[in-house]
Amino acid sequence: MDFLTSILTITIRAGTSLTIATIGEILTERSGILNLGVEGIMLMGALSAFTAVFYSHSIAIGLLVAIGVGGLLALLHAFLTTTMRANQVVSGLSITLFGTGFSSFLGQRLGPVANNFRLVGLRAERIVPLAPEWVKQIPIISAFFNQDIITYLVYILLPLAWFFLYKTRPGLWLRSVGEDPQTADAMGIDVTKTRYLYTILGGMMIALGGAHLSLSYTPGWSENITGGRGWIVIALVIFSMWNPARAVWGALLFGGINAVQFRLQASGTSIPANFLNMMPYIGTIIVLVVMTWWEALSKKVGAPAALGTSYMREDK
Amino acid sequence: MSETVIPKVEMRGISKSFPGVLANDCVDLMLHRSEVLALLGENGAGKSTLMNVLCGLYRPDKGEIYINGSYADIHSPRDAQKYGIGMVHQNFKLVDSMSVLENIILGLKDEPFIPDFKRVRQRLVDLAAQYHLKVDPNANIWQLSVGEQQRVEILKLLYRNAEILILDEPTAVLTPQESHELSRVVHAMKQEGKSAVFITHKMEEVMEFSDRVMVLRKGKVVAEARTADTTPKELARMMVGREVLFQIEKKPFCPGEVVLELSNIDALGDRGLLALNNVSFQLRAGEILGIAGVAGNGQRELAEVVTGLRRSTKGALRIGNKDMTNKSPLEIIRQGVAHIPQDRSSVGAVGDLSVASNLAMKQYRSRPLAAGIFLLPKRIVDLARALIEKFHIATPSPQTQVKFLSGGNVQKTILAREIGAARTVMVAVYPSRGLDVGATETVRRQLINQRDGGLGVLFFSEDLDELLQVSDRIAVLFEGRIMGIFDADKADIEQIGMLMAGMSKEATA
Ligand SMILES: Nc1ncnc2c1ncn2[C@@H]1O[C@H](COP(=O)(O)OP(=O)(O)OP(=O)(O)O)[C@@H](O)[C@H]1O
Ligand SMILES: [Mg+2]
Repeated sequence: MDFLTSILTITIRAGTSLTIATIGEILTERSGILNLGVEGIMLMGALSAFTAVFYSHSIAIGLLVAIGVGGLLALLHAFLTTTMRANQVVSGLSITLFGTGFSSFLGQRLGPVANNFRLVGLRAERIVPLAPEWVKQIPIISAFFNQDIITYLVYILLPLAWFFLYKTRPGLWLRSVGEDPQTADAMGIDVTKTRYLYTILGGMMIALGGAHLSLSYTPGWSENITGGRGWIVIALVIFSMWNPARAVWGALLFGGINAVQFRLQASGTSIPANFLNMMPYIGTIIVLVVMTWWEALSKKVGAPAALGTSYMREDK
Repeated sequence: MSETVIPKVEMRGISKSFPGVLANDCVDLMLHRSEVLALLGENGAGKSTLMNVLCGLYRPDKGEIYINGSYADIHSPRDAQKYGIGMVHQNFKLVDSMSVLENIILGLKDEPFIPDFKRVRQRLVDLAAQYHLKVDPNANIWQLSVGEQQRVEILKLLYRNAEILILDEPTAVLTPQESHELSRVVHAMKQEGKSAVFITHKMEEVMEFSDRVMVLRKGKVVAEARTADTTPKELARMMVGREVLFQIEKKPFCPGEVVLELSNIDALGDRGLLALNNVSFQLRAGEILGIAGVAGNGQRELAEVVTGLRRSTKGALRIGNKDMTNKSPLEIIRQGVAHIPQDRSSVGAVGDLSVASNLAMKQYRSRPLAAGIFLLPKRIVDLARALIEKFHIATPSPQTQVKFLSGGNVQKTILAREIGAARTVMVAVYPSRGLDVGATETVRRQLINQRDGGLGVLFFSEDLDELLQVSDRIAVLFEGRIMGIFDADKADIEQIGMLMAGMSKEATA
């Protein structure tokens, strides 16, 4: 494999968990619910997927468990913010705090006796790239196909989510709920149901992003395996202007810097490793700020107007 | 009596209370086929509440609704839609960032998963042509004028084939021409057997639109009559519970020095087009200068330039004897300029704050409401109580959040605050819009009091009769230009009307 192809392969692999979680968070925020629990849900997704695969030896079960855990945590967020009308920021941050702490706690309890009940250092089945051997020989092109099933899922989800949001009736409803719940309600759209639905769906996709980390990108469990990717997702949602079609660029940017940085470390440069590890985050944030600022000046697009607010019918 | 006519809608014994207010108290309402019922009442009488119950947004505490004689279980707007009920709300229910077409589709329940945009657009265009409601299906709502937005609201109901239309103060925001257009649409719909409930504060419209009237006061039905059997004066009395004076006493005109002067002002509108074109005039102390014109001809931009909310691109603005060109709103407030804005929901009041806080908002920097950096809550509430009483603001308490007030009472809150804050110039943009007859009278009188007290008043209105009655001089604004300035007592209505439509004297001669 030539250098470019390998960089591109790693870029896409690194971008996968971010993209799928970003699409999930976009759907959630489009309904007007801000879920700052992304980091926590990704961690819980990564942990539960790895644990399930370790004991069941089945990738499918691992993915299903992650989806279930993500859905449950998001359900909690939906319940607190929609039904109980708790502050969305507070509820989301609580879920992140909980997910961070609880995943680290479980990581020291769920392992086998032989490993002192710890999950760290264990190996389990991984999700492997799907492409047949002959495809892997084609330069550049192979980078796109030499990927695992979740990446393939992202390929499908990206255009699908865009199409859903802008061209279908339920997508239109979803957007109206996030823009103007009063109007959506008066039009006969069930605001509460919509918000529950897309918060849960978003949580499932976010957890799947986490599962991709522990089953494919950096196989195995380690504390804080996400390394703050949950927060990058929140930033990417803003960068994408809540449009799934744009989410991919930010994710690839982060993935790309990551890949280059890996390469540099592997080649043994004199640049300190900690500095290199920081690069993807710094780079992404700088580009995000510049791009978003530039966009916001040039067009009248922005956050869903009702993002972060709760809605009750008889309450103005 | 062999057969009784079954009413299309019957509401029986509807009661609805909110914390601190009984908004509807055992109200009965009947609406027949091909009938337009005018629903009248003071601000806060409970008109919008009653209609929100009918369209499924509010659940009544008590009472039942019958449609075509059978019990209708309406729990949500969706249920109401099934019974053919559609409402144009006092605050439009449109998603600003979406296109007209998308807003129409939003309300259609039986569109397929992937809506047939082409077909919907075609039917929309047809309907628009049939009812003469011209609108661009691809425009985004935020780009449309209020009048156009209302057309979209009505098209939404027509598209769904609503049989029962509820129009909540549809003309409050319309120009006279647009109101006429609406009256034509309502008549056409009546011909097709549709029925409508029409809420308005304008007596001429009651006479023009409706077959029957029903008057609410403090949540109760106080009168019902056939429109033909009553007069505007009688209706006004029934609404307010006292005689309403349609004439107001005014001291003779004796202007003082110039308090506001615009010289050759240009300014851009929201869409970047020239909205004010070389505007010059002077306003003197003790004078009311009326600005006549069809809405959307630069009124909002003019008011915003004067109050510092919009930059002018050319020309000079002087207040008192200071140059105030493109100064901040705060600096202009410090010169004693007060502003009753056109868009009272987004600029005028903070919905989440209490009535008292909103009333204090312009005076909180100084004594007697503050000592140093500390606010004095008791003084604020005292001030609020006084203003609530003086302006008859219907609110459960000074602490109630403004968003819970009825549309007209939000308006009165802003008015009370601004009138209290004015020291040199008062800019009043459509101050009586959406107000009931009693409140309108109060507003006009207050404006005249301000003038008699030595203020310069810049008074925007679309109602020529009101302008002639209140103003000392009248300037006509058309496409951002001043077409002429006249003395009110010598003004010729015909000529002003022509200028409002952009026809100059030479052209008409
Ligand atoms: N959602 C709500 N929460 C609390 N109070 C409310 C709510 N809606 C209306 N009210 C109160 O109920 C009363 C009736 O309000 P409503 O909006 O029906 O008046 P209205 O007759 O439509 O007045 P206007 O002519 O000013 O629009 C008012 O005192 C108002 O403050
Ligand atoms: Mg109302």
